[in-house]
Amino acid sequence: MEEERAGQFRTEKVEVSFSLDRRQFLKLIGSGIIVFFSTGDLAESQQRPSRPAQELPKDFNAFLRIGEDGRVTCFTGKIEMGQGIITSLAQMLGEELDVPLNRIDMIMGDTDLCPWDMGTFGSRSTKYFGPVLREAAAEARKILIEVASDFLKIPVGRLIVKEGMVIDRSHPDKKASYGQLAIGKRIEKQLDQKPSVKPISAFTLSGKPVGRTDALDKVTGKASYAGDIRLPGMLYARILRPPAHGARVRSVDVTAAEKISGVQVIREGDFIAVLHAQFDGAEKALSLIKANFDEPENKVDDQTIFDHLLRVAPRGDVIEQKGDMERGRGLAALVLEGIYLNRYLAHAPMETHTAMANVEGGKVTVWASTQRPFGAKEEVAQVLGISPKDVRVITPFVGGGFGGKSRNRQVVEAARLAKAVGKPVQVAWSREEEFFYDTFQPSAIVKIKSGLDHSKRIVFWDYEVFFAGERSSQCFYDVPHFRTLSHGSWSGGGNGHPFEVGAWRAPGSNTNTFARESHIDVMASRADMDPVEFRLAHLKDKRMQKVLEVVAKIFGWSSAKALGNRGCGVACAIYLGTYLATMAEVDVNQETGHIQVKRVACAQDMGQIINPEGAKMQMEGCMMMGLGYALTEEIHFKGGEIQDLNFDTYEIPRFSWLPKLEAVLVENPDVPPQGGGEPAIICMGAVIANAVFDATGIRFFELPMTPERVKKAMAEARNKKS
Amino acid sequence: MIETIEFTLNHKSQRLEVDGERKLLWVLRSDMGLTGTKYGCGKGICGACTVLINQRAFRSCQVSVGEINGKDIITIEGLRQSGQLHPLQKAFIEHNALQCGFCTPGMILNAYSLLIEKPRATEAEILTGMNDNLCRCGAHQRIVRAIQSAAREMRR
Repeated sequence: MEEERAGQFRTEKVEVSFSLDRRQFLKLIGSGIIVFFSTGDLAESQQRPSRPAQELPKDFNAFLRIGEDGRVTCFTGKIEMGQGIITSLAQMLGEELDVPLNRIDMIMGDTDLCPWDMGTFGSRSTKYFGPVLREAAAEARKILIEVASDFLKIPVGRLIVKEGMVIDRSHPDKKASYGQLAIGKRIEKQLDQKPSVKPISAFTLSGKPVGRTDALDKVTGKASYAGDIRLPGMLYARILRPPAHGARVRSVDVTAAEKISGVQVIREGDFIAVLHAQFDGAEKALSLIKANFDEPENKVDDQTIFDHLLRVAPRGDVIEQKGDMERGRGLAALVLEGIYLNRYLAHAPMETHTAMANVEGGKVTVWASTQRPFGAKEEVAQVLGISPKDVRVITPFVGGGFGGKSRNRQVVEAARLAKAVGKPVQVAWSREEEFFYDTFQPSAIVKIKSGLDHSKRIVFWDYEVFFAGERSSQCFYDVPHFRTLSHGSWSGGGNGHPFEVGAWRAPGSNTNTFARESHIDVMASRADMDPVEFRLAHLKDKRMQKVLEVVAKIFGWSSAKALGNRGCGVACAIYLGTYLATMAEVDVNQETGHIQVKRVACAQDMGQIINPEGAKMQMEGCMMMGLGYALTEEIHFKGGEIQDLNFDTYEIPRFSWLPKLEAVLVENPDVPPQGGGEPAIICMGAVIANAVFDATGIRFFELPMTPERVKKAMAEARNKKS
Repeated sequence: MIETIEFTLNHKSQRLEVDGERKLLWVLRSDMGLTGTKYGCGKGICGACTVLINQRAFRSCQVSVGEINGKDIITIEGLRQSGQLHPLQKAFIEHNALQCGFCTPGMILNAYSLLIEKPRATEAEILTGMNDNLCRCGAHQRIVRAIQSAAREMRR
């Protein structure tokens, strides 16, 4: 099994030159056949003024090398945080070059070895990076054949590639390995025009289920995360934190902390840290610091947040509109209004934000858990007042990100401290710090007004979203008159939030999908129609029809009401080019208010599929994670004080919640590969709310549907009846 | 207080001069360099720091190193013996029962303890027995399948 291991994740020590022009790059990575290429991200990134101009060549942002040992290495600024691109990208590369996975190395997120990349988020890696990687590999194949033709004295037309060899089609004994062909070579090629890639029908590796290439290291404890880096003389740091966002240090007494043997105290204004050769030594010192803080006045809390947000919301932008809203309203026989709410959510990855920094001879090296290594590099340079070329960020395995590891605060902290003490310093946040400094999914509000005519058609749709942004807000149902307005975005703004918010797995889409799909259900119910039938009656989009029909079949959808406390629900969504439909069955305990999700099925059309196993893993992960924001997850707070700081009160999904999960891929080879790391989470709020409605007749307009909220709603419903 | 602690760690005897009140997690990670045992919450809630003490799963962030005197400790690094992966490790690979991998060492060691106690654990018993080990990536369904398949292998 050891020998079979593929796609090794290397953070090897390389003689590092910090000047990253192309010549230096080449020197660094050694000889062989090298193909440079650029992906869609590059054009986008060049529009960003914040990017230092001197940093990197602009004409490529990834490359691959075929070395003298015959191994193929892909260098990319993307990182592996569990989503599995370490496997799926290698698979695409191996497919095109005809190299087995165990001869491919992925070097990811190392800012000295990999060209600039904007970051790993938005389910973009397979979608944008994959196709170009494939073209680069096709180009490398072409070069290999040309070199082999010269080497073997056989015309190009007679040569084919197979398992890392170039072979004479008619005399298979005449062959040369990629390694042989790369010996002593220094061939550089810029991918400029699109080479022809393998047709899907010829795929041998892509589209086939492949196990994770990082699994062996992860089951043996060998996989290295930022907190696992050990350097001689290193110190562990703990940092004094305020009790609330916006609080400032009034007075601090570190005398007791300083008495601990081996402790070092660093103070730069409000930034106060204790360092020790043992993690728990630093921890103990921190607990001995006495500090008083000036806290800002609490202006808002989790009770008043929605009114507050509506009050401060910026003016709305029209995202899309069609027809004439006035006319639409005139056609309506029944107008339905709904206000949908959701709460601040924590990312809560199992690995807290961690970084290890080392300053040596004016150069800084940081090992970081980050989704944006190149962003971290710039931030460190800025804070330390040095040139970005003197900063190297290395990204080992990241223990979960979900959008939360983009801000790099811990990276800057580690670099500041390493510079201050002149020794390697590790900053690994405690779980409490992780919750406190998280960039939460924002609380958000969606207001919908819609109308039905006498023939049960939706005649208008007036949609207004506050603070979730526009993603997945589009009305894909067939409605003659509609308008979508968005106030603010998921990234904050408008001084709305008392702390930082940011991208949370499928930013904005969880909120928008909860609102739209709940409201569609409200209308179906008022039209006295089955929710699936009602949706199909309003769908012209073939891809959406297909996923809905597929999921109904595998789930065994029936319009008959389930027995007792059971109920079934449906929700559909589009996420950046991926189409999906989800169904769920729930059991609602009338006494305790506990909702047990019994099964969830999701059908997803994500275009061409690279690694079906990897895609299904992501879908299952999304469905499981999505139970949390539907049922329990929410951050309670008072002003800048975060009240949920660990997993005791912030409840994430666990084994006892596990429904039967079915992930089905609807193949669509005509569409290039789309993202799969996020879509399947976005239906979870609505599908469960709709199933709960089916089970109890109670409509939930707010997430999460905690036992307390369910009990309260049930009591209210009973009172209404009596 | 500095104590002399003698114990077996991953099949080898160890002797440490150490403050007995320190938590086993930090002694393993900062003193012994065994970084496969992870910090997740520091309160014994999440299970990322699970190790085996005399074949039973414990949260190493809650165990004082003084308590392990004379005990047999196995961390994820010690589960593979003479190059052979443990059936649970094999099953986690075969079932793709992990994503980011951060909870994986704790998951495997907790499952080990569960299967020592209940070699024929039912699905319901696995769900209960694993309930206090948290995974944020949502690999739960595959982890359950991996444990079931390892259990079959271990009974052979």
